[in-house]
Amino acid sequence: MNYIFYLLIVISIIAGAINGKLSDVVNAILTGAELSVKVAFSLIGIMAFWLGIMKIAEKSGLVSLIAKILKPITKRLFNELPEDSPAIGDVAMSFSANALGLANAATPIGIKAMTEMQKENIDKKSASNSMCVFLAMSTAGFQLIPATVIAILIGIGYKNPTEIIAPTLLVTTIAFVSAIVIAKIFQYFWPAQTVTTPDTSKDGGEN
Amino acid sequence: MFQSVMNIISLWALPVIILLILTMGLAKKVPIYEVFTEGAKDGFKISVGIIPYLVAIIVAISMLRASGVIEMTGTVLAPVLNYFHIPVDTIPIMIVRSLSGSAALGVFSDIAHTLGPDAYATKLAAVMLGSSETTFYVLAVYFGAVGITKLRYAIIVGLLADIIGIVAAVSVSHWLFA
Repeated sequence: MNYIFYLLIVISIIAGAINGKLSDVVNAILTGAELSVKVAFSLIGIMAFWLGIMKIAEKSGLVSLIAKILKPITKRLFNELPEDSPAIGDVAMSFSANALGLANAATPIGIKAMTEMQKENIDKKSASNSMCVFLAMSTAGFQLIPATVIAILIGIGYKNPTEIIAPTLLVTTIAFVSAIVIAKIFQYFWPAQTVTTPDTSKDGGEN
Repeated sequence: MFQSVMNIISLWALPVIILLILTMGLAKKVPIYEVFTEGAKDGFKISVGIIPYLVAIIVAISMLRASGVIEMTGTVLAPVLNYFHIPVDTIPIMIVRSLSGSAALGVFSDIAHTLGPDAYATKLAAVMLGSSETTFYVLAVYFGAVGITKLRYAIIVGLLADIIGIVAAVSVSHWLFA
């Protein structure tokens, strides 16, 4: 991520200079920063709502019931998580919300799943294998009906907008399955996480 | 038929899920109001907590879009894509798709309105947009919420899946629409 962050910014500045758009690039810093805060603030309410609902689902045993039903699949995908981890139920619910196109519910529940996985993570700064698998699932964006796209097609007078549903579903399934397979393969080739000892340097001065 | 069934499911999914969770909570004697507010408390903390990660990603991507480098990449890629019979108009959508959801949607509207409903580029762009998610946004939000800064192979997997998605979209659309 350090290199990607560096590259994005260096390329922007160099390309901006070549294209004579350097002032636009500088302005983009301000608008981008503003947009980030807007995005985060617009999440607060809906995030609170779904975290509240999910807490009830968890306490009533619904999340662990879903987790139990999906155990045969999730045991393979998330083999480092304990079988009774609420993360598994959360992942299932986030996936279902995504598939139905309920992005407002999918993001908060997905974040909840991440928080549960973080509890089992041995190195709190680096992504565990389960997190990488879950991220692969989420970025592939599996969706049954691309509602926004269909709305735009209807808007331009597309005669049969539903004809894009089948190809979209086929493509999203291919991307989704390959994302999971690639994540599982990489898991074996990437160096495993190491347990980091708690940071004691801050207390050092007091001794 | 399939679409009307899906519309009904989309409409009823949320109300049914919420009702089911609340009813099951009461049935299991969970103090639902108390538990709801207890869970909701973290909403503010998590949302505000992802701001630094969002700022890093969104500012970098806004700068990239403003710099005109995406158009430059398009010009460079054009001959290659011509060779594979991929319409040049879909290049911006391929590049922007993983970076910014709103930008990709804007590019798609633009293609749809200028080229019209019968163009192959419109159909291909529709399939590309509908079949993927904004990788960088998901990455920033999900990992930001738990304070993960070492992403290990997560980003490579996300981008590889996007590339596979583009290849699949081109093949499937070519087979069905071209």
